Amino acid sequence: MMKVLEGSQAVAEAVRLARVKVVSAYPITPQTHIVEELARYCAEGSLDGRFICVESEHSAMASVIGSAAGGVRSFTASSSHGLAYMHEMLHWAAGARLPIVMVDVNRALGPGWNLWMDQSDSLSQRDTGWMQFYCADGQEALDTTLQAFRLAEMVHLPAMVNLDAFFLSHTYEPVEVPDAQTVDAFLPPYEPPFKMDQGHPLGLCGVAPPGVYMEMRRNMQMAMDSVPDLLDQIEDDFFIRFGRRYGSLETYRCADADVVVVTTGTASGTARVAVDQLREQGEKAGLLRLRLFRPFPSRAVRQALEKIEKAAVLDRNCSFGSGGIFANELKAALHGKGGTAVYSYISGLGGRDITVDLIKELYTKTRDADRPDSESVWLGLKEELMLR
Amino acid sequence: MEEFRFHGRGGQGTVLASITLAKAFFEAGYWVQTFPVFGSERRGAPVEAYLRLDKSKIYIRSQVYTPDHVVVQDAELLRLMDVTRGLKKGGWILLNAPSLPDQLQQFDGFRIACIDASRIALELGLGSRTQPITNTSMMGAFSRVFDKPSLEHIASAIAAEMPAKIAENVAASRAAYDRAMIYGMVSGASVFHPSSSPMEEGQDA
Repeated sequence: MMKVLEGSQAVAEAVRLARVKVVSAYPITPQTHIVEELARYCAEGSLDGRFICVESEHSAMASVIGSAAGGVRSFTASSSHGLAYMHEMLHWAAGARLPIVMVDVNRALGPGWNLWMDQSDSLSQRDTGWMQFYCADGQEALDTTLQAFRLAEMVHLPAMVNLDAFFLSHTYEPVEVPDAQTVDAFLPPYEPPFKMDQGHPLGLCGVAPPGVYMEMRRNMQMAMDSVPDLLDQIEDDFFIRFGRRYGSLETYRCADADVVVVTTGTASGTARVAVDQLREQGEKAGLLRLRLFRPFPSRAVRQALEKIEKAAVLDRNCSFGSGGIFANELKAALHGKGGTAVYSYISGLGGRDITVDLIKELYTKTRDADRPDSESVWLGLKEELMLR
Repeated sequence: MEEFRFHGRGGQGTVLASITLAKAFFEAGYWVQTFPVFGSERRGAPVEAYLRLDKSKIYIRSQVYTPDHVVVQDAELLRLMDVTRGLKKGGWILLNAPSLPDQLQQFDGFRIACIDASRIALELGLGSRTQPITNTSMMGAFSRVFDKPSLEHIASAIAAEMPAKIAENVAASRAAYDRAMIYGMVSGASVFHPSSSPMEEGQDA
């Protein structure tokens, strides 16, 4: 059934449809609406699960580690400082190979205190062993949350589904909410290969000395490596049941493009409008939207950009001392493949808006350049606020 | 695509009005997108919300800078800010006011309509004298000025969305539809007289 939903409500609907047994969370703007909805579902009984109130995000993650180790489907959500506070437990969840799904609403970290859209929070968790998805709209937020449970339970790794603060979490738009029976067929009950069980005691997460630790980490890497193909299989099934698929990345009007703009999240919709306007002016612009960040879909990126001369990456993040993180990942994926020059741009930090005009500026700068700068180029800066 | 901007204060239901209108428009067959200006919500502080309408999926996600029309739920805001910021020429300004505001020349080139939404809210017991809840009245006047969405779609959206006093809120939207004063294009410091039927002046302008 098609309903007008807030991005946060779309996530909550997905969690209810996934028949999650344990939700544990600590509220933080702009994630709050997700956990408010889920607390209400648990209270009214429309979700047959337990909502565990905790005193911190560290404990929220610890709680779902416990419930997932107990063999039940588990969910949490956080943002910004809350996610940072979970950091230690994120390693624990991945290392224990627990299929927890978390929604992170991408928000900047302070100081300066800032409630708005920025990818610094999730990208700071890049190396924790969590899969990471970035969603473009409310429908995709719902669909990806459902897919994330199935994928996580197949590869035994946790999954983080990212929504842009406000631009997605607080925006209402039509979303198709699937019926429960169809979701049940797509996502059967979680059957853990092992679990904490008083009837069959076992030790979990014990000491792993040098003789075994390295192989455990190699296994995690192998699980990550299997994700792109498994995601394709899952999406084949998802498409048959629901009529939608996304892939690890999406391309738009790339076939004959001179410059492909590379985006993530909600900036992609705005970039699509910019690409259409540029095409009307006779420009050969294309769009590549990265949906999967961990594992990085290197093979799909190489295929999509095979015949493309210039890729202009828009990063809503900065790794200080290096530059835009998605641009760096793209360069690594394309290394040794010749053809595509990667142009790195940073904008939209701390909730600053990404407009059609800004995307056009990024396109034009890239089109007119002979070669990329060695450092990321910042777009949309205010001259009067800059150090000289 | 059409873009609307709503001005109000925290606690007046401005954001809820935008969401409820979006749901009414969706029922009427439109693709919709609505969101508040992103910030900390504070009672009494100026708030803004945006509504986009189109016949097919809306991809753009940036904020609304050049709205086609604006709705002002609190006339006191006129003293604090320029509600015509970015407003396209010929766009409507729907104002919660008992009569035309002073200094009409500030609206030169725009079209104006007024509704005494605070009075309707008081008559129907919505909110208090100092804090009337005017959003459903504004929605009824919106329907009259723009000839959409229908009062029926608004009534069903109110029934689905409002936490209390559904009959009173539906009655407020109907009363406001009937009592909206459609002035039309402001030229210099003068304006036409209210018309008796929706959009009449607007179509001439």
